[in-house]
Parts: sequence; structure tokens; C-alpha cells
Amino acid sequence: MDTLILLVPVALFMGFLGLVAFLWNLRAGQYEDLDGAASRILFDDLPRKEPRP
Amino acid sequence: MTTAARLAPEATAGCAHCGAPVPAGARFCCAGCEGAHDLVAGLGLDAFYRRREGADGSLRPAVDAPAIDFTPHVREEKDERTIELMVAGLTCGACVWLMEQALAAEPEVTRARVALSTRRLTLSWRGEAGRANDFVALLARLGFRVAPWSPACLRATEDAEGRRLIRALGIAAFGAMNVMMLSVAVWVGWDMGEATRAAMHWVAAMIALPVILVAGLPIYRSALDGIRAGRLNMDMAVSLGVLATTFMSLSETLRNGPYTWFDGATALLALLLAGRVLDRAARRRARQAVAELLALQEGTVTRLDPDGTAHAAPAANIRAGDRLLVAAGERLRLDAVLETGEALLDASATNGESLPRSFAAGQALPAGAVNMGAPFVARVTAAAADGSLAGMARLLERAEQAKGRFVDIADRAVHFYVPIVHTVAALTFLGWWLGVGVSWQEALVPAVAALIVTCPCGFAIAVPAVQAVAVGALFRRGVLVANGTALERLAAADHAVLDKTGTLTEGQPTLLPGDWTEAELREAAGLARASRHPLAKALAAACPEAPMLPGVEEVPGRGLIAGDRRLGSAAFIGVAGPDAGLTLWYAAPGRAPVGTPPASQSDGDGKAVAFRFADRLRGDAPAVVRGLRELGLSAELLSGDAAPAVAAVASQAGIEHWTAQATPEAKAARIEALRAGGRHPLMVGDGINDAAALALAHVSACPGDGTDLAQTAADLVLRADGLAALPGAIRTARQAQRLARQNITFSLVYNVIAVPLAITGVVTPLIAALVMASSSLIVIGNSLRAGKDAAWTP
Repeated sequence: MDTLILLVPVALFMGFLGLVAFLWNLRAGQYEDLDGAASRILFDDLPRKEPRP
Repeated sequence: MTTAARLAPEATAGCAHCGAPVPAGARFCCAGCEGAHDLVAGLGLDAFYRRREGADGSLRPAVDAPAIDFTPHVREEKDERTIELMVAGLTCGACVWLMEQALAAEPEVTRARVALSTRRLTLSWRGEAGRANDFVALLARLGFRVAPWSPACLRATEDAEGRRLIRALGIAAFGAMNVMMLSVAVWVGWDMGEATRAAMHWVAAMIALPVILVAGLPIYRSALDGIRAGRLNMDMAVSLGVLATTFMSLSETLRNGPYTWFDGATALLALLLAGRVLDRAARRRARQAVAELLALQEGTVTRLDPDGTAHAAPAANIRAGDRLLVAAGERLRLDAVLETGEALLDASATNGESLPRSFAAGQALPAGAVNMGAPFVARVTAAAADGSLAGMARLLERAEQAKGRFVDIADRAVHFYVPIVHTVAALTFLGWWLGVGVSWQEALVPAVAALIVTCPCGFAIAVPAVQAVAVGALFRRGVLVANGTALERLAAADHAVLDKTGTLTEGQPTLLPGDWTEAELREAAGLARASRHPLAKALAAACPEAPMLPGVEEVPGRGLIAGDRRLGSAAFIGVAGPDAGLTLWYAAPGRAPVGTPPASQSDGDGKAVAFRFADRLRGDAPAVVRGLRELGLSAELLSGDAAPAVAAVASQAGIEHWTAQATPEAKAARIEALRAGGRHPLMVGDGINDAAALALAHVSACPGDGTDLAQTAADLVLRADGLAALPGAIRTARQAQRLARQNITFSLVYNVIAVPLAITGVVTPLIAALVMASSSLIVIGNSLRAGKDAAWTP
């Protein structure tokens, strides 16, 4: 049972990290365009045009 | 495989650019598509055609470019200009890619980003603000229709409430999973010492208490709103169940009981929030599509400054007393009086008349009418916010609020269900405490267990899940359901009231057969192609393959000239006699006299041909009326137009009861009378004059090309095939209603079995979790049937 003293807090901490990451994603707007992100990954961009002087 | 071989099947299947059906052997359906294809190939983006998923012809470039000036919508930041645009008809990732890459190929563009789910394009560039119009023209050539990103689009997509729900769901899911981890340890840890078990319960309590407090907020708030409005709603029952469970678990933790129920409370919250998030996402998609349709109609007006220069300005910026220039074919967006000359206006959207009416100088012009004649100057009498259209919009809002009091099936079920469940729970508590004589803490356990197993989980998910699935299925069919209770009301409709102009008919002139020859039509259409006048556009549409004639000159409001050929009004051609409604005359030298006697010819031996137009019945109208009748809905026609036109349409569409010359008030009164008579009228209309009736009806629908007021007032917007989707939508709504009822019945039966177990204290948290999860899964599985396509094939 001694292992619990270590493992329960570790598990909870990891879960908490996940929750923080989720809240940060939500705030950063990463859930705003789920359809676009899903398809965007499949396409290559054209080579970047020459930047204008 | 060679390129030719790869292109071959594409060419036979449909247009190589937009995918619309083409005559055998042709690669493109129109010149616009050919141009777009060349443009895409020229940019080196032809990978687009291999990557896109399905092409339904929606990418065909519009014949006439948008007449909107986008410059007022450009935002300036330091040396960069930014504009936000709404892109209509964006369906797949390949379109996003094509658009972004095509714009990025322009040297000035620094950033082009399209959000597929919100259809929002953010475009930044260095250089002049006026370049915005060039970029829009580029997109138009590719076949994308764009509109300025309006506040309505923003309201539809910026969903603060939705984001709060997602955040609550994330927190609840985190809590449920972690508490479950501890609970499972307690359930299977039969050799666990008492001290360890107590520690587990305390950790679970520390996670669950803040989670239940924060994640439950959206539900508690809605419960409070319900109480304030004096109603017992679903959320009230859920909140009570969750809070009672939490309280009981806390008391069990304090007295070191064998089980706590924190896992049940958090899992319940997560489940309910998930259902709500999905429901909202489906509804949001529909709302967004409606906002998209409205944004395409919004535009700028042309204001005349005192010095005579014309400027494009948003309609909202116009004040009373300003002078407007209204171009041919443009919709008058504000109340105004005609300054000089004469104006011919199509007021079908405001009063249902299918023939245009002419107005003299000094007469008041109805806002919402379309200019069918020459450009004219009008003085605005009221700013947009005080005008008749805005007044109408306010009336609609009030009617909407009245409709908001509709109680849906889930809430009706809750009305009788919640008091029973709570009485049972209270009796259980008293029975164990006073009857059996255990401590109040122990008596609390079976009482709350009864609350949890009877929790309206099945209920709370039963209806939203069916709704989300049905709304999603309708969305794919082009029926937009923007209102939460619209489906339920649609299922109950038993009488259909249809408008004529623009609803049963196409709402725009189409060429009638006449005594002209194909060659004459071809020549006249070639002339007509140069003009934006509605009749000229209808003529050009009747013969799309006619090449555009070079050197066409337009005499505004009168007609078109190319060499010695003329197309226009009777007076312009020089034909005497009454100018009978929707007619275009065509004169060319050396033509044999056809049809109507060419009276006093002005130029030599030229003869005139008449092209007559009419507002034609939609091809699917009779089938729709038949479909409605099969579903048990009687149909009636209610129009503001004159009796002969209404009678003709009624007989063609197979409708027995019709009323002509109905004013907007008469339409609303008819709907009220039907409702007072206990009927559930379904109103279908598209005009400003229908808006009040739409808002008052039990349920209402509007075609996708209807006026913006009608679309706002209607519960359903039929985007795709016009009316044809209506019978299918009713069938889907009824199917959804049936499934919702099944789900509720099922939940009740489940409870009848589970409650005695809970009351006798047999139920442990493990059993409760299994009961809850299995009943929810069955209910959700049943709900998925609402999306089946069976409803669309009678």
C-alpha cells in the first residue's frame, strides 16, 4: 500500500497536466476549426513565393 | 495512365471544374468554368481536382460579378490591410487549399487563412485597400462566392456559451476519469484496509467537489433560470440529483462508509455535458449556414454626395435625408421617396404582386423592392434602424419570444416524472430512518441511490441525442434547423399554408414560349448578355450558349443597342400599344414580321419580336403538395397577388383552397385563425409580407433564396432543392419524435425495474454505474436511427 502514496499523486498530477493542456488549447482557439485542421494536414503548400523587397 | 486517359472519365461525368452535368463530349458546362480551370492550371494548382471530394456544380463562377465594394470592410493595421470574408459553399479541405494557395500566389498577400468550419477567410496584404476588390474578383473567377463578414456571421460562430460547455465537459471528463480510477480500486480492493479506503474516499472527494462545482455551472444556471421563470425543467432534476449524490457521498466519506458515489456524480455530469455539446454543435452548424445565406444578401448601397459623386456605403450608415442611387436590378434596402422621373419596382417581396409597379416622382417607395427599370435617385426617409424593415424585425422578435415558451417533450415528461421520483426518494429516506431505524446518514444512501438510478440521464440524453442526429441529417439534405424546438413543432404540423411568389413559383421571370424562332432568341440573348437588367438576365439564361455580341450599348431603363439591332421596352423599339407587363421587344433589320403586329416602326424596315416572361411554377411544386397531402397536411395558397395569377398557380400545383390579394396583416390573421381553431399550421413563405405569418405559425419554413426577414422569421430554411425537401423534413421530424418518445418510454421502464433494487439498498455504486451506462448507450444507439435516410424515400 506504500506505493499508493507515490502513485496516486503521480496519476493525478498527470491527469491534471492533461486538463491544463486542454484548457490552454481551448483558449488558444484550437477547437475552432476542427474540420479545417483535419484536411489541411493532407495537403502540401506550394513553394513560398519570393518575398518582395 | 496518361493524362488524357485520366481526364477522360472526368469529362464524361461532368464539368471539369464544377462537376455539373454537361452535354456528351463537352469538358465544361460554361465559359466561366473553362476560365476557372485555366486559372487553376495556370497557378499550378491543378492538384485541386484530384484532391477534392465530390463536386456538385456549386463551384460554377457566377455570370455577373458581385457589385459590392469591399473597401469599407478593410481594416488597417500599420502597413498591413486585413479583411475578413465569409465564403459560401466551402465544402472540403481541397477548396481551402485552393483558395489559400491562389491568394498566396499574389505578391502582396502576406497571410491568407480559411477556417473550414466557420467558412471565414482572413486575408492580409501590403498595399492599397482597394486591392480587396481584386482579391474578391479572383475568388469569384474560381467560383467562390464571398461576402463581408457580418455581425450576424460573428454571432452565429462566436459561441461563448458553446465554449463554456466544452470547457465544462473537459473538466467533468477529467474528474470522472480520475475519480473512477479511485472508485475501481475501492470496488475490487476487497482486502483493502479501512484506513486506505478512507484515504481513497478523501482523495476522490477532493477531486470531485471542485469538479462538480465548476463543471456543473451551465446546468445549475439553466435550472435557476427555470425556477425564476416558474418552471420545473430537466436541468432542475439533474442538478438536484448531482448535488444530493455529492452531499450523500461527502457524508459517507465523513463517517467512513463502505462506498462513495462521487464517480456517479461526475460521470453523470460528463455524459450530460457531452450530449449538450453535440446538440449545440449540430444546431450551430445550421445557424451558421443561415447567417451565411443572409450575409450573401447583405451589401452596400450607393450614396450620392451633395456634389454629385457616388460612394459605396453600408446600409447601416445611411441617415434620413441622404440621397441614394439605386441601380437596375438592385434591391432598395431603405424607406425612400422617389426624387425625379419614374421608377419601375418589383415589389413581390413586400406585397406578393408578381407584376412590377411604376412609381412617379414624390411617391414613397417600399423598402425591399427590386428596381426593374432604369437607375433612379431616391431620398431616404428613415435610417435603417428606424425604417419599416427594422420595425418588422422588431415585431418578429416579439413573436419569437412568445414561441420560446413552447415546452418540449423532455420538459413535459419531466413535469410528471420529477415529482414522482423525488417523492419516492424522500419516502425511501424516511422509511429507512424512521421505519427501519438506521442512522440518517445510512438512510441517505438508498434514498440517493434511488435518485441516481432514476436520474433523468436517459431523459436528458434521449431528446438531445435524437435532435442532434436528426438536425445533422437534415443539414446534409439542405434543410437548416436553426431553432431548438422546430423539429418537434414540425412533426405536429397538420395544415400547410403556402405563399405563391418565390415559394411555389421561382420568384424571378423566366421566358415563356412565344412565336419567335431559335435564331432570334440566340441573337437577342447575345444582346441581353451585356445587361444586368432582370429581364435581360432571364433572356440570357434562356439561351446560355449564345455568344455575347460585341459593341453593345445600354440605354439605361430603355434597352440595348448593337449596330442596328435593338432590345428593350416597347417605347424604345417604337412599337405602339400597351406595354404589357414583363415583355422585351427585339428589333433587327430585315426580319419578317412575327407575332404581335409591328405597328409604327421607327427605323425603316425593321420588325419587332416580343419575348414575354412570367414567374413560373417551381418544377417540384405539384409533387411537394402531393407529398404534403400524403403526410396528412392539407394545403392552402395565400398570396398578395391578383386573383387570376393565384388561381392559375393553385390549379397547377393542385391546391384547392386559395386566397388572393392577402395583405401581410390578412396573412397573419389567417394563421391566427387557424391556430385558434386548434390546427397546427406550417407556413411556407419567402417575402417580407410573409414574415409576420411565418413568425406566428406553429412552424414555418422559407426557401434559401427568400428575403432576409423571412429567413430570420422562419424555423427552417430550405437551402438545397427548394420545396422538394419539405415532405422529407416532415418525415424526419416525425421519425425523430417517435424515437424521442421511444427513448423516454425505455428510460421509464428501466427505472421501474431499478427503483425497487435501489429502495431495498441492494444497489452499489458499481451496479448504478452499469445501469446508467447501459441505459444511456441503448438510448444513444436508438437515437442514431433518426439519421437514417429511410425518411427520404417514401
